[in-house]
Amino acid sequence: MAEGKTILIRIKRQAGPDQPARWEEFSLKWRPSMNVIACLIDIAENPVTTGGQKTTPVSYEANCLEEVCGACAMVINGRSRQACSALVDQLEQPIQIEPMSKFPLVRDLVVDRSKMFHNLKRMRCWVPVDGTYAIGPGPRIAPERQQVAYTLSRCIMCGNCLEVCPKVNEHSDFVGAAILNQVRLFNLHPTGAMHSHERLQAVRGIGGVQDCDNAQNCVKACPKSIPLTESNNDVNRQAIRDALIGWIFR
Amino acid sequence: MRPARVILIGGGLAGLMATIRVAELGHAVDLFSVVPVRRSHSVCAQGGINAAKDLKGEGDSTWQHFDDTVYGGDFLQNQPLVKGMCDAAPGIIDLLDRMGVTFNRTAEGLLDFRRFGGTLFNRTAFAGATTGQQLLYALDEQVRLFEAQGRVRKFEGWMFVSAVLDEAGVCRGVCAANLRTAEVRTFPADAVIVATGGLGAVFRHSTNSMACTGSAQSALFQQGAYYANPEMIQVHPTAIPGEDKCRLISESVRGEGGRVWVPKTPGDTRDPRSIPENERYYFLEEWYPKYGNLVPRDVATRAIHKVVYEEGLGIDGKPTVYLDVTHLPREMLTRKLGGVLEIYEKFVGLDPRDHPMKVFPAQHYTMGGLWIDNEKQATNIPGLFAAGECEYQYHGANRLGANSLLSCIYGGMVVGKSSTQYTQGLSADSESTSSGVFESEKKRQEEIYARLRSQEGDQNPITIWKEMGELMTQYVTVTRKNKDLEAADGKLADLQERYKRINLADTERWGNQSLHFTRELSNMLVLARLITQGALLRDESRGAHYKPEFPERDDENWLRTTRAKYENGNFKFQLDPVDTSLITPRKRSYKS
Repeated sequence: MAEGKTILIRIKRQAGPDQPARWEEFSLKWRPSMNVIACLIDIAENPVTTGGQKTTPVSYEANCLEEVCGACAMVINGRSRQACSALVDQLEQPIQIEPMSKFPLVRDLVVDRSKMFHNLKRMRCWVPVDGTYAIGPGPRIAPERQQVAYTLSRCIMCGNCLEVCPKVNEHSDFVGAAILNQVRLFNLHPTGAMHSHERLQAVRGIGGVQDCDNAQNCVKACPKSIPLTESNNDVNRQAIRDALIGWIFR
Repeated sequence: MRPARVILIGGGLAGLMATIRVAELGHAVDLFSVVPVRRSHSVCAQGGINAAKDLKGEGDSTWQHFDDTVYGGDFLQNQPLVKGMCDAAPGIIDLLDRMGVTFNRTAEGLLDFRRFGGTLFNRTAFAGATTGQQLLYALDEQVRLFEAQGRVRKFEGWMFVSAVLDEAGVCRGVCAANLRTAEVRTFPADAVIVATGGLGAVFRHSTNSMACTGSAQSALFQQGAYYANPEMIQVHPTAIPGEDKCRLISESVRGEGGRVWVPKTPGDTRDPRSIPENERYYFLEEWYPKYGNLVPRDVATRAIHKVVYEEGLGIDGKPTVYLDVTHLPREMLTRKLGGVLEIYEKFVGLDPRDHPMKVFPAQHYTMGGLWIDNEKQATNIPGLFAAGECEYQYHGANRLGANSLLSCIYGGMVVGKSSTQYTQGLSADSESTSSGVFESEKKRQEEIYARLRSQEGDQNPITIWKEMGELMTQYVTVTRKNKDLEAADGKLADLQERYKRINLADTERWGNQSLHFTRELSNMLVLARLITQGALLRDESRGAHYKPEFPERDDENWLRTTRAKYENGNFKFQLDPVDTSLITPRKRSYKS
């Protein structure tokens, strides 16, 4: 790659939820191993468009920059993904960046994903413990089962699976694959399983597993390669079985 | 018991553990965090968490863990809290296991343990190579349960700007800014706990997350809280250098058998895989036969600097060395180290199972921090407590790998209890504190914000931040020279002058990130100078602090905590004796 090269980047800007959207284009100095975040930092240092127009630094969410905190999800060249692992040299230019569309917009590339955390609460995604004192070891777990659970537990709540899901839209309350995957995770834990019924009850409620249309976009969008469709189907089966058992023994 | 209200600043491991303890004891918690707590920097911890459970029949003990930790820290820790941590560690692992952390297992279904730096025992429990993420999630979920029960209120997206101190100097609450609306507001509390992590952003290129600015610690320091051992900064030996940050490649890679080497011939341009064994220089194994690649981080980092800068053996003449796992079984690598190898694969584009990784040291951890006492994690400001990386107690002059997750959780446990005990002794609760102190603190902070927004200068905050980071990385990391440190401090003072002419390029209130970043930047500059002046002061070499002009450890003069106090813009240092009542300091060497 030649030094002195430039990067062209187009960003959809919006000052607030009720403000009009506009596109701004920036030309930046290329350097080795740049990612989209490095571009946004460059813009903050010199917020001037290619047309020479002074503008404001772009608002965006980011934290760990190594794809484990989940903060920096946005739509880059039409694909919903983490901006930290979007390397400039692997992207077609001009790089086009937009905020995620399935969450309320805050400003520029920042959206409000708090409904995901709220749904974790609704679906009772935790292993309840009696207390945090030293009251002995946890349950024994077979390594095979740990490996399955670990794969599921690497979800970073980025929301990319919601962004690409046709069933997540303004007419539906579908909680999305990320949340169903957590239900599966907690039902897999020996202590968590003791409380699976309340989770499965919640999962059969509004926006629950029955809303999944099996479009399978989620699994392709997951940056952590979590088998999300498998989780959706597994939770669906569990929910039906739980309902039947409840019906038989009512 | 009188139910109290405790404010927690920071939702990483320490903050969440403290939240759980306080809530469990029946008190109300207001939890503040700049990011949704599940996105806190603790997620980045990779390798594991130490506990001497001795499940491998090696004869490990909590005393051995304690000894390794103190020896690894070059005897700069006050020892009682460290011993408490090591004694509590096996119980902490059990607790995390009960909470559902997906720790790796043995064939019998028990917890698996691996090796880490600075010890000869398999003492590190791990969940793949994303242990911090798994631990943080487990605690986040417990806090969510308390939140659902109405026992914890979360204030995510609020940034701590200052403590509210009453006329007697007692902490009665906090002042915080809403990152979305720029609203500045005060919140009363009976006790305040800060758990705001490290300060990597001061070095700009660091392994830390963007939220790790140290701003809260700095603000508190400027309000009268003591700050201890600021000069003790850990530089991790193996990270991927990057344009936006340096990405950590965990010590666990070496714990599982990874080897560090460079070609013996300077400027050797051959594909590393085609370089025969006898033409490779495994310098750590050669220099430190007993610990090999698992010497503590300060030792490994200095060795890499030596081989690169003194012996000129960096790969392709550049400051990098190989970290090689290509000789290890692929299945094991994926199962035990998948998370970290994936980072290399994604950000460099090569599979480390086939290609030796190119790595170099990067700023990683803050051993120093807010001064706290020896048992309650209390700062010198009544009602203000600290836990986790933002305080100074557990790691002395160098932290051992896999001890940080432990110290965060243990510190959170201690402070959860001690802070609530403190509230029970309060005669007047925060409700009765005169509203004047809240009003005046709010006004003071609002004025600072208004000034930043309206100011029309010629200085860009990002530029100042970058220059600060370059100065700190060049002069105040691995090798420190007094002449350079003095010059760096002068240049940092210049940056503080330029900061006065800063221009935000954004005058909005809504979602204005520059505004909050610039507010933090002034605090970062104070920390940068504090670290530099602390380093200048300590004329010896101990742990991570290395001065070629003073190459030896000097216990007679420097077995001391450097404790700084802020006075009218200047730092006053005092030297405190270190509590070495349990283990007598001895010479530190990992050669045999």
